[in-house]
Amino acid sequence: MSVEAYHLAVLQVVVPLLSAPFVVLLRPRGLAWAAASAASAMAFAIAVSLTAGVLSGDEYRYAVGGWAAPYGIEIRVDALTSLLLLVVTGASLVALLAGRRSLDVDIDDARQPLFYGAWMLALAGLAGIVVSADAFNIFVFMEVSSLASYILIAAGPNRRALPATFKYLVMGTIGATFYLIGVGLIYMMTGTLNLADMAQRVHEVADQRPVLAAAGFIIVGLALKAAVFPLHAWLPNAYTYAPHAVTVFLAACATKVQIYVLLRFDFLVFQGNLPGHEFQFSHFLMPLALLAILLASGVAMMERNLKRLLAYSSVAQIGYIMLGVSLLSATGLSAGIIHIFNHALAKGALFLAVACLGMHIQGLRLGDLAGAAKRMPWTMAAFVIAGLSLIGIPGTAGFVSKWLLISAALAEGSLGIAVVAVVLIGSLMAVVYVWRVVEAAYFQSPQAGSPEGRHEAPPMLLVVTWAAVLGNVYFGLAPGLPIKLSQAAAASLLQHLP
Amino acid sequence: MTVFTVFFIIFLLTLMVITALAIVQTKNLFAAAMLSGIFSLMSAMIFFLLDAADVALTEAAVGAGISTVLFLGALALTAENERAGTAGRAAALAVVTVITAVLVYATFDMPRLGDPNAPAQLHVAPWYLEKTPEYIDVPNVVTAVLASFRGYDTLGETFVVFTAGIGVLFLLGKAPVGQPKVSPAMTFAGKTGLRHYQIPRVVGRLLIPFILLFALYVQFHGDYSPGGGFQAGVIVAASVVLYALLEGEEQARQALPAWLLRLMAATGPLIYGFTGVACMLLGGNFLDYSVLAHDPVHGQHYGILVIEAGVGVTVTGVLISIFHSFAARGAK
Repeated sequence: MSVEAYHLAVLQVVVPLLSAPFVVLLRPRGLAWAAASAASAMAFAIAVSLTAGVLSGDEYRYAVGGWAAPYGIEIRVDALTSLLLLVVTGASLVALLAGRRSLDVDIDDARQPLFYGAWMLALAGLAGIVVSADAFNIFVFMEVSSLASYILIAAGPNRRALPATFKYLVMGTIGATFYLIGVGLIYMMTGTLNLADMAQRVHEVADQRPVLAAAGFIIVGLALKAAVFPLHAWLPNAYTYAPHAVTVFLAACATKVQIYVLLRFDFLVFQGNLPGHEFQFSHFLMPLALLAILLASGVAMMERNLKRLLAYSSVAQIGYIMLGVSLLSATGLSAGIIHIFNHALAKGALFLAVACLGMHIQGLRLGDLAGAAKRMPWTMAAFVIAGLSLIGIPGTAGFVSKWLLISAALAEGSLGIAVVAVVLIGSLMAVVYVWRVVEAAYFQSPQAGSPEGRHEAPPMLLVVTWAAVLGNVYFGLAPGLPIKLSQAAAASLLQHLP
Repeated sequence: MTVFTVFFIIFLLTLMVITALAIVQTKNLFAAAMLSGIFSLMSAMIFFLLDAADVALTEAAVGAGISTVLFLGALALTAENERAGTAGRAAALAVVTVITAVLVYATFDMPRLGDPNAPAQLHVAPWYLEKTPEYIDVPNVVTAVLASFRGYDTLGETFVVFTAGIGVLFLLGKAPVGQPKVSPAMTFAGKTGLRHYQIPRVVGRLLIPFILLFALYVQFHGDYSPGGGFQAGVIVAASVVLYALLEGEEQARQALPAWLLRLMAATGPLIYGFTGVACMLLGGNFLDYSVLAHDPVHGQHYGILVIEAGVGVTVTGVLISIFHSFAARGAK
């Protein structure tokens, strides 16, 4: 590995982090957006080269400050990390490129540098969580990313964005505090904050009660931040009232990063060391995941607001990820992990289509969409294809994860058949809620007085949306890269199990 | 630790529980803000009794000091009393009870207070104590840990402060809808402050230079005694708040204009971050100050000095900006 490649792991965080103060100082109109996009593109390029390195067999370990772990803070990049980095940096870049025009409408010029500065901080925070191998350092970057995403959501044009943000803030703070309490308890019993070191030392702790309590606090805290059912109450309104571009960014990656920490912590530190913990973990999570799929899809079927409909669908999709994970097998785990990637693609593309619709349709209730397919044919076509990917139709990315999930479940015997049934029912429910949007847009005649003729979204937004849609098709037909990464990730997580 | 200290800590903890209950109980938000200041002051005392002087200083300055001021600033923009009747109190109480039970359960196997064989005393901590004189050579090991061994965390925390500043400027920077219901007496200082009250004004003005001098001491003496950029930044901000109270908001804003504060808030994190980048360019890892000078120990000294300055500038800029944002909103 060359010297430059060695530093890439830390640059993944440093580039967006240090660009934030510059962005805040850029007063002239449009400059803050350009700088933020450039930094985001650089972050994406770093993520791509890290992934290439991981695929060619490198493992990145970086001692920040030159102090070796456990005395200093360590940064690590492996297959799971690089998959998440691709999702986070890709979502940020796509959302920034697509969102310029709609953000210009939502946010006045004077406050734009602050907004894009907060965006860079959210990106840096999420990337910082993903690459960190240190429990407390994860908390620090969790604070950066959470605070910054509250700012981004509060920027929503509707005044109801503020109560939605406040709810997210209170719940997010409780989640982070729970995580911190858990880390504190483990530090008390092991004297270390480095995750790998912790895994070794927890093993030697004779008095298990504080460690058990810590496991509870950490899992519940992270589940709250990841909107794992039934702790998802903050998510629907936060996604609904955020500016469209912010919804694209956060819906694609924010909750997934928390799931990533949950997986890292639980598989590395707890499952090998607490007797029977892996089954408590899976038996506790599996029913919740099944309920999430059925109930949240059910709510989405009833919902009239387009963005909230997709937000409830996200709660259900988090259920699929957790379902795969809770099977605790190599295929199940890689199905869950690949769904992190595929769902980001599908939901990102859907929210991009929503951003297109939002340029010309106020309110975005299903009733407002009547006739939208005539006015915005390209946008609605993109929505349909991304919707097919969300449902899991063959030829799209969504199919790959559903297929892996079903084959993992079938390996489990009779329990597996029930799981497969829920996955299929959930997919049918997804057909229903996607169809409701399609029906409104294609088959309902527009209300009297609405403008006639074609009126598409701005070209830049439409191009990015279609790029995301084609991504869904590409990774549906050639899923080699995410499959390879998720299988490697699953194998490395499972190696810690006894 | 003497028996007397233990008793005193128990006494303080009891008072803290009572204060916490009072905060939950009271409907008067002004009283709640004051009580939470008292709560912080008592926890600062406990930290001090547990020999965590750095944490105590921070808690006293941030928790008891500047947060109370900011609470009051927020209160000036809203009503003084809480609206009654939050739904779901019983459910919330049940959840809190369960969590308390789990926490108490976790303490059953906890190492005894001050146990020299506790895991936290045996692993990383002794290494810090042993190696700090050799690698970094500052008497205050806390400074060594936070500025160098775990300097990346502190970089993150500096950006947390910066993010908070951006958040307040962004949210309060939006033109208010409608006229806020604020009586002039409730806003911080109004336009003139206490200019017509000679005694507080004379005494207060006399204090400001000393407060600033103390801030500089806390900033630059952090290697030797408790303190550092965070605490020093808060103390500088406190002196500016005092100035605004005495001479009026307008006057304070003229002394330190908004653009300068914004520049400070953004420059501080950059000073910290680019120290790390400089280390990379000189051939070390990110934030490895050893490469900053010929002698690695000197390099560490320079690095810590510079990054602490970055922290101080950030905290000062952000806190005064936040204070002005609240005050300006009230004055409209």
